[in-house]
Amino acid sequence: MNEEKVKKEKDPWFSAKNLSLLKRPLNLENPVTVQVLGICSSLAVTVQMKPAIVMALSVTIVTAFSNLIIALIRDSIPSRIRIIVQLVVVAALVIIVDQILKAYVYDVSKKLSVFVGLIITNCILMGRLEAFAMANKPWPSFIDGIGNGLGYGLILVTVAFFRELLGSGKFYGMKVIPEAFYKAGYVDNGLMILPPMALMTIGIIIWIQRWKKPELQEKN
Amino acid sequence: MEHSNKYIFIYSLVMVVLVAVALTIVAVQLKPAQDDNIRIEKMQNILSSVNVPVAEIPKKQVIDVYHKYVKTAFAVNNNGEVVESDPEKVFKIEMANELKKDPAQQQLPVFVAVLDNGDSAIVVPLRGKGLWGAIWGYISFKTDYNTVYGCMFDHKSETPGLGAEINQSWFQKPFLGKTIFDESGNMVSIGIMKKGQIKKEAHDVDAISGGTITSKGVQKMIKDNLGSYQAYFKKHFRS
Repeated sequence: MNEEKVKKEKDPWFSAKNLSLLKRPLNLENPVTVQVLGICSSLAVTVQMKPAIVMALSVTIVTAFSNLIIALIRDSIPSRIRIIVQLVVVAALVIIVDQILKAYVYDVSKKLSVFVGLIITNCILMGRLEAFAMANKPWPSFIDGIGNGLGYGLILVTVAFFRELLGSGKFYGMKVIPEAFYKAGYVDNGLMILPPMALMTIGIIIWIQRWKKPELQEKN
Repeated sequence: MEHSNKYIFIYSLVMVVLVAVALTIVAVQLKPAQDDNIRIEKMQNILSSVNVPVAEIPKKQVIDVYHKYVKTAFAVNNNGEVVESDPEKVFKIEMANELKKDPAQQQLPVFVAVLDNGDSAIVVPLRGKGLWGAIWGYISFKTDYNTVYGCMFDHKSETPGLGAEINQSWFQKPFLGKTIFDESGNMVSIGIMKKGQIKKEAHDVDAISGGTITSKGVQKMIKDNLGSYQAYFKKHFRS
């Protein structure tokens, strides 16, 4: 009981401020649709839901833990080599995630192929490390990492949902469009499988988001 | 905060050593599981080429099922002589590496699967080039060393919806029952032809519309790889 009180006095773990760190990237500060970061992998791994979910989880884990680690050592990092330090931390985490995927979800890791490795170059990561983790305490940084990972994942999974449904008639690998539709002349849209339609889908999501949230629209 | 050069130097040194140690530990710990995955995938591919429904076999049972079907494996050289008869060693042979060697040095794996009905099927690996990257597969023959019993193809990065379709059953099914030797006993392999081009019903299958280069890649892969096995197949071929 006493311990809880001490924590509350400092700054509760799930204070309104910390929760907003989790929620804002899901919508108003979404890394993909608002900041337009991490587009490359959003185009590449959204053909099916399963790889998209694994990719989203991988990015979330890497952003959360690299944020945490960088925030923990932020005062000791020499500012002249801070980008290198950030990259080493991110690269190490990405390699670990990649090795784990290869060992436990081999078929998914084959589908994600180079894109797990390319998490290293995902701008969301460097952006969060530079803009947040370097200047904040470990716990808020960790939450910020999870929030941004989930914000990225939300868009990834949404895009994958539409691409898999319209492109292959499936939901998470299961056929959902009944055989009768195909007999009646329905054809899966092959274009949905190709990267351009991922960009279009993201575009449509951005459009809907801006229409619902006028504060995102530029004034002029 | 400004730091001295000495601090920066030691900092980066310590950091790199720590990261290297951590990564080594992870890599060593996970290596066995990763190797198992690669083995299991190869087993699934071989089983799939003799028409065993691998998708329905849980991953943990693949090794058992594989040993149930594939009892013998050996490697032959390009004169058709058996040069290696330890199934474990044969299983480890990578076709991609063998094809790079001088033909006289090649060790060509042959897997013999005993099917549910008691017949045998002869499985050989395939390795070739598609449009964007590597393609590979396994093809199995009935004991006449002529009629295709089954096949599986897969690819690294062919175009989705076009060349990538080579791993689908609609492309692979038509290979079944095709023959690789013509009436006079010459190895003609299997032709993959555009619609309307099929001349020899016994040896040709349909290509993929829009996936011409991949289709031709599969054709070349089968022809080249079987070419290496030619002596061995001719020895056993019964028309």
